Amino acid sequence: MQSKLKINNAEYHLDHDPRTSLLDALRNHLGLTGTKKGCDHGQCGACTILVNGRRINSCLTLACMHDGDEITTIEGIGTPDEMSDLQSTFIDHDAFQCGYCTPGQICSATAMLEEARQGWPSHVTDDLTQSADLSDAEISERMSGNLCRCSAYPNIVAAIRQMAGETQ
Amino acid sequence: MSTHLKMDEPDHRRRLDHMAQGIIGTGMNRPDGKAKVTGTAPFAYEVQPEGMAYGVLVRAAVTCGTLKHVDSDKVAALPGVLAVMHGPKFLRNPAQGTADKAPVQGSEDIAYWGQPVALVVAETFEQARHGAQMLQLEIKAKSGQVDPETATFETPEKKQDSQGDLDQAMQQADFTVDVTYTTPGHNSAAMEPHASIAAWDGDQLTLRGSYQMPNYNINELASSLGITPEKVRILSPFVGGGFGSKLGIAPEAVAAALAARELARPVGVALSRKQVFEATMRRSESRQRVKLAADAQGQLTAIGHDAYVSNLPDEDFSEPVTQATPFTYQGENRVIGHHIARVNRTCAGSVRAPGESIGLTVLENAMDELADVLAIDPVEFRLKNIPDKNPTSGLPFSSHKLAEALRTGRDRFGWDARNPKPGSCREGEWLLGMGMASAVRVNILAEARARVTLSPGGEAHVETDMTDIGTGTYAILTQICGEMLGLPAEKITVSLGDTSHPRGPGSGGSWGASSAGTAVFLACEQIRAEIAKKLDADETDLSFKDGHVIFENRQTPLTDLIDAAITIEGHVEPGKTMKDVTQATYGAHFAEVAVNAVTGETRVRRMLGVFAAGRILNEKTARSQCLGGMTFGIGMALTEELVHDPRHGQIVNHDFAEYHLPVNADVPQLDVVFLEERDDYANPMQSKGIGELGICGAAAAITNAMFNATGVRVRDYPATLDKVLAGFEDGC
Amino acid sequence: MKTFTYSRAESQSDAVQSAQAGTAFIAGGTNLLDLMKLEVMTPDHLVDINHLDLKRIEETADGGLRIGALVSNSDLANDMRVRTSWPLLSQALLSGASGQLRNKATTGGNLLQRTRCYYFYDTDTPCNKRTPGSGCAAQGGFNRIHAIFGTSEACIATHPSDMAVALRALGAKVEILRNDGEVQKVPLGELYRFPGDNPEVETILHPGDLITHVLLPAPLGGTQIYRKVRDRASYAFALVSVAAIMRLQNGKISTARLAFGGVAPFPWRVPEVEDLIEGQAPSPALWTQAADLLLQDAKGQGSNDFKIPLLRRTLAAVLEQATNGADI
Repeated sequence: MQSKLKINNAEYHLDHDPRTSLLDALRNHLGLTGTKKGCDHGQCGACTILVNGRRINSCLTLACMHDGDEITTIEGIGTPDEMSDLQSTFIDHDAFQCGYCTPGQICSATAMLEEARQGWPSHVTDDLTQSADLSDAEISERMSGNLCRCSAYPNIVAAIRQMAGETQ
Repeated sequence: MSTHLKMDEPDHRRRLDHMAQGIIGTGMNRPDGKAKVTGTAPFAYEVQPEGMAYGVLVRAAVTCGTLKHVDSDKVAALPGVLAVMHGPKFLRNPAQGTADKAPVQGSEDIAYWGQPVALVVAETFEQARHGAQMLQLEIKAKSGQVDPETATFETPEKKQDSQGDLDQAMQQADFTVDVTYTTPGHNSAAMEPHASIAAWDGDQLTLRGSYQMPNYNINELASSLGITPEKVRILSPFVGGGFGSKLGIAPEAVAAALAARELARPVGVALSRKQVFEATMRRSESRQRVKLAADAQGQLTAIGHDAYVSNLPDEDFSEPVTQATPFTYQGENRVIGHHIARVNRTCAGSVRAPGESIGLTVLENAMDELADVLAIDPVEFRLKNIPDKNPTSGLPFSSHKLAEALRTGRDRFGWDARNPKPGSCREGEWLLGMGMASAVRVNILAEARARVTLSPGGEAHVETDMTDIGTGTYAILTQICGEMLGLPAEKITVSLGDTSHPRGPGSGGSWGASSAGTAVFLACEQIRAEIAKKLDADETDLSFKDGHVIFENRQTPLTDLIDAAITIEGHVEPGKTMKDVTQATYGAHFAEVAVNAVTGETRVRRMLGVFAAGRILNEKTARSQCLGGMTFGIGMALTEELVHDPRHGQIVNHDFAEYHLPVNADVPQLDVVFLEERDDYANPMQSKGIGELGICGAAAAITNAMFNATGVRVRDYPATLDKVLAGFEDGC
Repeated sequence: MKTFTYSRAESQSDAVQSAQAGTAFIAGGTNLLDLMKLEVMTPDHLVDINHLDLKRIEETADGGLRIGALVSNSDLANDMRVRTSWPLLSQALLSGASGQLRNKATTGGNLLQRTRCYYFYDTDTPCNKRTPGSGCAAQGGFNRIHAIFGTSEACIATHPSDMAVALRALGAKVEILRNDGEVQKVPLGELYRFPGDNPEVETILHPGDLITHVLLPAPLGGTQIYRKVRDRASYAFALVSVAAIMRLQNGKISTARLAFGGVAPFPWRVPEVEDLIEGQAPSPALWTQAADLLLQDAKGQGSNDFKIPLLRRTLAAVLEQATNGADI
């Protein structure tokens, strides 16, 4: 079947099996291998991308379901020559080791910062009727959908904390 | 040109302390960082050549048996399917680390549930996956041995050790503990699933794979395929985590190579996460009985450590649980036992810090138990029992920082605030406690080669087939080269994970940085000597800094001194310093936990690790390694457990929803401190391994803290809430 | 994953009419695709319902909310009306899954998610829910996450949702567009069926029936607590969870609504326990009585025996916490 995907402001025409997940479309068909496959079942977050500004697991959705959506992958967040501030901050804080979960962490954090800005609460927010400040506990909870076996978690939190501080 | 060092003598020159560039040891950012944060670092499955076909492995779902027939025809007829393969060259399981030859091969004999026995190759991944799911295997199932506890244990003589009289010492001692702990199987769970892409050019095979040790993998792959290593090139420039799971060549690499040859086109095979759990390596479960005896002053007189582990038949590896027990604490009476059950379970192999990770952890739990019996502070108890030489071999220690680590940690953590009486600190529903443990890990130097080229433009290029599995190899080799040649990082490129480069040591056993680093160090030392010749000077009289050579107060641009590229291969071999002294890294873990008095849930509130690992080559990446190790400890203490079905032995929780790695919310800010240390016996850089020390003992600090918080001693890892609750219900 | 045909539904009637045997509706897809990849579910045809007009949260005349089935878990949890007046629901949603999954998972889909039973997920082992008549590998196997209530000889699986537990305590109803065009509203508890001899049949829905809305009654006020107990701090399914709405008047409990997760084939509610509590003054003795009544028929399966004391303790703690404040 045919799908038209808008990814990082570019249009891609895809001739594909209906079974193709959005993740496999990116990795196997479109050469956008920055998005990673860690579990293929929504249990690790390595495949996190943004669809219409929101973070999702690209492994648990079909490419054909996204005709018309605005998709942003790590390649659209920043490039080696023009990194986003969050990407640079990740490097400074050594917020990764092997780097495999990292694009997912960065996509996730990019969207999460926006969620927080919009006042979304989390499981650890005491008062659900208020906007929560991004404490370390808030950052950790909101980033818990992204596993990191190297466990850069403390550094990931530090990098995001710095970004949150700079944008507030 | 090449230069060679056999490490037979300690190197007291400490040359890196006298270099001028000032880059070694600093927390320089990783040079590979940009590629990683932008998703442009090419991992194994991501350089898909034109025309690549997709392969998916098919596993046998029986405990053990014989594969009688593969119903290939039906699947071969499915749309897009190109081949259905199986046969005698398929690997039963991955090679063990440093095996250097093929593991047990053949699809016919099935030894565990989940063994890959066939491969379906198709034009697309979706077609191959469905074909693999449809493939019918006719298997004559046999009843296997799935439970190590009911198996017959082998007790190999060379793995037992005894001195003095343990039984008598236990009887005569003022205070003793005799406790049995169990630890479950673990999975390395690197975030990148194992993957290989194989492509043949005539009889020449190129394999892009996710491998830690291409230097061994090249021979393992060649041996598996029955070809010579000269016909094989392995590329592993980026590896998405290893932790031991990618040490040896694995079934997907050989299957991909066989299929690519058969189809005369490139074939890529990536494992599913379930296959990673079932068909790579597990850390063996263990049952450990520890006996400790002490006199009334808290001096240890006896240590017994008896370990029961398991593996498949025909595997040489068995988890070296007691590796640090012979030398960690004093005690004239000592018995080490090691027993191996042969079971039909997923192959057991190396998972981060095989041995000490679980063995030292249990020893440290037993030490905590004895300290409690003695009513001595646990830190003090350990300080009383640090030996001044290896109590088993009598050899001196190369360097020993355990006492300093314990004292530094005690002060920094605020250990004095701990109430030794369990259950005495409460905050609402939460019971608070502190615990600690020593960290010990043996230190190893491995043979390594690296080539360094200094170009006439004043740029250096480092080449070795050593890997960076997240450990920071790109950074530290850059720093070693930069320090030795007086170059800033941007003048240096490092090329790794390519077997067309000189053989590195591979990433494993925490030896990678020191061994590969020494090879680079040696090459650079020789390059300095070559330059010194041009100035008619002694190399040691030169100072290299920022692209200049300083000699007799004259500063000459390096580029003025090189008319042609200088290329040197550095080569290091372990020597007598590995045998004449006992080399190890040391540290101390401190943890504060909160245990919920209602539910038994445990949260680590804060954790400190103090580590001594010789010269720290990059403060930032070394710290990250320790964060990772400590977090492995959190997982080991609280959540991680491979569960095997009691009837068929298969791993029941073969995904990330049910095999619980710590998530971000499980890990507090962790504090890491490095002690200043130079170990002259380790290598000419005085550095030691840091990749595994952080896990050794970490879980014990947490479970010891849980005891302090609650009075409940969970001796069956992981200390999940049900086990804590059982202690509460028993009235603790 | 077996191959399938795919179509997008443009309207609700289009959706239900295009559904035949072997058709599955796909909304968030977070559970369906998970299971399709493993060939635990093998629909022939997928009807993508994401473009239906079911993404709004509307206020109803009786002071409640009518929540479109396609409202994402994030949007529902984050809705200020829900946060303020039905906080139990926000709490439950936010305790579930991850930020990424909550952005995709929908209100209707969450109610229909399948069990996490290890053996249901593994097509190489028997499972009566997946393959009727094949047996239940969880019994005699590893069953740490399994049910202590409402099990049958055929199945001991739990329903994994957090959201549904809160909805059950809140007295929510489900609005269903039947395959024949009829609109039906049923209390959430009546959506689900006991496993009995046919654990493969989990709800009263027929093929082609579409959940279109969830109806929340007017706010109950009081203290609302969703407490989830799990194996790690986040991103894990409940071992047990307790949803409680408690109101006190003059030192007595005037309203008690309780539902339990992780312990039964669907969100568990025992009205007798609520009746026992209502009208009484809060006391530890009362909590013990309530737990005794709740747990009188609880049955452990071996590895999940701990859920019985765990639920007892968690219930008592939640009741204590919920009644600790001033009269409301």
